[in-house]
Amino acid sequence: MSQENIQDSLLRFMTCGSVDDGKSTLIGRLLFDTKTILTDTLTQIEKTSKKRGMTAVDLSLITDGLQAEREQGITIDVAYRYFSTGTRKYIIADAPGHEQYTRNMVTAASTAHLAIILIDARKGVLTQTRRHSFLAKLVGIPHIVVAINKMDLIDYDESKYKAICESYKAFAKEIKLSENRTIEFVPMSALNGDMIVDRGESISWYKGPTLLDILEKTTADYAGKDKNFRFPIQFVCRPHASDDHDLHDFRGFMGRVESGSISVGDEITVLPSQYKSKIKLIQLGDTQLKKAISEQSVTILLEDEIDISRGDMIIKSNDSIEPTKNINAMVCWLSETPMASSRTYLIRHTSRESKAKLDKIDFKVNIETLVHESITNLSMNDIAQVTFKLAQPVMADSYQNNRSTGAFIIIDESTYHTVGAGMIA
Amino acid sequence: MTTLSNLTHLDWLESEAIHILREVAGQCSNPVLLFSGGKDSLCLLRLAEKAFRPGRFPFPLLHIDTGHNYDEVIQFRDLRAKELNERLIVRSVEDSMKRGTVVLKTPDEPRNKHQSVTLLEAIAEFEFDCCIGGARRDEEKARAKERIMSFRDEFGQWDPKNQRPELWNLYNAKVHKGENIRAFPISNWTEMDVWQYIEREKLGLPSIYFAHKRPIVRRGGAIVPITPLTPKKDNEVIEEIIVRYRTVGDITCTAPVESVANSVEKIIIETASTTITERGATRLDDQTSDASMEQRKKEGYF
Repeated sequence: MSQENIQDSLLRFMTCGSVDDGKSTLIGRLLFDTKTILTDTLTQIEKTSKKRGMTAVDLSLITDGLQAEREQGITIDVAYRYFSTGTRKYIIADAPGHEQYTRNMVTAASTAHLAIILIDARKGVLTQTRRHSFLAKLVGIPHIVVAINKMDLIDYDESKYKAICESYKAFAKEIKLSENRTIEFVPMSALNGDMIVDRGESISWYKGPTLLDILEKTTADYAGKDKNFRFPIQFVCRPHASDDHDLHDFRGFMGRVESGSISVGDEITVLPSQYKSKIKLIQLGDTQLKKAISEQSVTILLEDEIDISRGDMIIKSNDSIEPTKNINAMVCWLSETPMASSRTYLIRHTSRESKAKLDKIDFKVNIETLVHESITNLSMNDIAQVTFKLAQPVMADSYQNNRSTGAFIIIDESTYHTVGAGMIA
Repeated sequence: MTTLSNLTHLDWLESEAIHILREVAGQCSNPVLLFSGGKDSLCLLRLAEKAFRPGRFPFPLLHIDTGHNYDEVIQFRDLRAKELNERLIVRSVEDSMKRGTVVLKTPDEPRNKHQSVTLLEAIAEFEFDCCIGGARRDEEKARAKERIMSFRDEFGQWDPKNQRPELWNLYNAKVHKGENIRAFPISNWTEMDVWQYIEREKLGLPSIYFAHKRPIVRRGGAIVPITPLTPKKDNEVIEEIIVRYRTVGDITCTAPVESVANSVEKIIIETASTTITERGATRLDDQTSDASMEQRKKEGYF
């Protein structure tokens, strides 16, 4: 799946599963076996393990959370952890399995290239496995690793492992999970460290890659990483007050290339105004670039003096997007306060903001059964297909085609909290 | 002219940080960048240059001075602000003590945690709606769950249970008057990333980051520098050893590490093989309890 302009030196992945599946032990094992855990942290973990009456060091304590969580025995929130190998840097989004799982999973998934879906080998494919897989698909994670953990508790039985793989594959086919997506299976024991970083000696019948082998060779792409150039303007630099005469006419349009690439001399169109011009210069700090590529933050100067402000978008002139005031999207409701269907909300789409009103709710997806149900209102953790009417037009692509220009968040106008996340159909 | 066909991990982290800084500038009406002269905030300044030059920064710089900083660091702080021709505001914990808003339990109590009071006073004085800081998620477990744009109520408090979900790269920095956002552009950087960036960008640093000779005593496993603020105790023996600082902060609670690394290149090699975390090695105040940082953040610390 190698593609031009994909950064490959950093992979973001998430882990889906509950504490019971050994998720914390798996993360602890990854960090420990890649030598990310330093002596002082390990000493603390040893102390805590002893205090809790354990005989061996409990690696799951590496991801032990906040005091507030320990007191209440819950995990509140997505935590981010880091490790590096010689090959690349990794960012793990560790989403809690129980509390508010939909909200946390969608949050963690929104930046992930890969999802590790944990299955307890004793239990096989459960409702939660289906739920995690559905959400990974919804948020467009292009790579899935099904980690069949606790193999030590089923005596490393190959036939049981194969049966779990088959049952997952059948389910994956049912929800069309493998469309535009890679799915791999690994048997493992996070507790003993088999097939995570090291192969171990207990699962010799398995000849495939270890979990880390898979992570090391996975392309760091997003589903629908469009090749079309999208450049939402974040900030306009006009240093005309400066003493430097050369800068008097400087107008720099600052933003991040969300997808595609752009070169000096390319013809561009500004949306929604439809003004046309040519790329004069591309700058990154003091450096002049010939070309800017996906995920690069740059400053663009144009040949013509045209009026552009934050929230506008630059695309190539041989391309087009129809600005729209109607969006149909899959929305995940994130707030404890249900949606008030008569109220006005704010939506933020790229660097653009607009007032929005609910037009209609098509259906809600029951994420236990994946059946569509009709509802009149959205409550926390609901996932539903809805239509919004907007006060300002947005330059939207479908989320399937472009993760950046297909996504938006919903903000409560009075509390300013982020209450929803949307993926445009 | 340069053409990149692929971003390195530093390019990617830099690009993400620039994007975050520009979102702050685009969304907030009166932001400020917290600048101490330390390595993380020096990276922030370089990122701000890349984000906003040839324009001026759309925010001033603010240092909350405990009055217990090394002279080298303060001089470096002032020099850097002057070189950049940006406005530096300094507010001091000692002024808060004079006003009676900071009360020390004992005269030699570390002042790090009292910075929160002075920071909140500065936020009120200038009506800042966002403070940009150089905190990283790898520093400490209370930071691992921190948002890139973290919401604080009108008392400056961080409520871990009431954080805004943060999806994709769509940040929400909206606040009401009196409330505040703390923005952390280098959230996803590790200590190693910071040193590699310093090397790549050839950033200057205060001299105490590099190996130098310093009088110290060994106290409970930690190396304590001997200064007028941190005198030796009666039964202790002063040694002169070669050390460097991994972090710089209040003299009374920041310890150096034994090291002969006198260049960024050597520090990177050392960082790759170290066995102690940055805070474990150098912060004398975080070890008091399992939850020190979490507690301080709830009280308005950055």
